[in-house]
Amino acid sequence: MSNHDTHDHAEHHGDPIAEIKKVTIILSVLTIIELILGFWMIGITGESMRLAIKGVIVILMMAKAFYIVAYFMHLKHELKNLIMTIVVPLLLFVWFITAFLSDGGSYKNLRNNYDPHFKAQSTIKVEKKEHGEAAEGEHEAKEGEKEAKPAETK
Amino acid sequence: MSTTTTASTKEVKWWGGGKSPFNVEYGKVMMWYFLMSDAFTFGAFLIAYGTVRFSTNGWPNPNEVFKSYPFASEGVNAPLVFVSIMTFILIISSVTMVLAVHAGKMMDKKGVVRNMILTIIGGIAFLSCQAWEWNHLHHEGAWWGMNPFLNADGTQSSTNFTNFFFTITGFHGFHVFSGVVINIIMLIMTLLDKFEQRGHYLMIEKAGLYWHFVDLVWVFVFTCFYLL
Repeated sequence: MSNHDTHDHAEHHGDPIAEIKKVTIILSVLTIIELILGFWMIGITGESMRLAIKGVIVILMMAKAFYIVAYFMHLKHELKNLIMTIVVPLLLFVWFITAFLSDGGSYKNLRNNYDPHFKAQSTIKVEKKEHGEAAEGEHEAKEGEKEAKPAETK
Repeated sequence: MSTTTTASTKEVKWWGGGKSPFNVEYGKVMMWYFLMSDAFTFGAFLIAYGTVRFSTNGWPNPNEVFKSYPFASEGVNAPLVFVSIMTFILIISSVTMVLAVHAGKMMDKKGVVRNMILTIIGGIAFLSCQAWEWNHLHHEGAWWGMNPFLNADGTQSSTNFTNFFFTITGFHGFHVFSGVVINIIMLIMTLLDKFEQRGHYLMIEKAGLYWHFVDLVWVFVFTCFYLL
């Protein structure tokens, strides 16, 4: 292959500087929307609402990834052969994510159902303190928590 | 023979021989393959993080953990502010990298040098931000194996949160660092007229692919750790 070939195919699409400007603006706007959603989510406690916002954030994240790969990494203007060689193997991520996250969720449910100790540990509240140990209150709970701590960090 | 037949037919037969099926140079294809394998490495890290998070009842609230910024007073509560600055630094440095690649295509040495310098500054700025954040978290008692933050619901957290945070942002930061080193080498080679002698700036494109990938990974890391 000559270098001549690789130079020429870049010239087929419109003004590259205009495209760079457009994609920069799109990426900035998507990031700002993500941040607005992130700030908005701080005050929201409803679990299903939080989940919906997180879903939107993930979609925006995928959109950003698309614009970076397609335009900044120039993949959209490459030959279809190259695009397919790179994108098709990445589809493995769909199963990778589905399988592992559902496995994680299932492990949590199994432990909550069949391991009373685990369930009890994860419902004990620790009083918020600035520094050092809290002076009093909930001796039982703190005792149990201290015993569990080394086991958990292992 | 085959070249004459492909030339005469309307549709180009990329796999018919006598043609480069990807129509890019060898180094660029190999850079793409490397980035693909790197994407699976980062993917494995992030999916492991997701799996552990899904299997745990409680998790620390990122808005309580990452709420400070440099030169802020003690009790400041500004979630997402510092990390959004970091995100924009990386996006802008990605833009200057595209401009450097474009200048390279135009054989514009001055443009390449200017944009490479801006990209390197962006990379160093990002690394400094990350160094500050790590240092700040370390002062609060967070490190591998140490997690001072409670879960969002007030229960005792495990060290999974800090372990994953430092491992994954550390691995990404190491990529940024290598990207800055590569970009500095590219800048020196440009200044030494290496690419002018070769007649093309294709090396800048390959370095650019790597740098954009670093930005791409940050999009995922930023979302997974700070927003979700």
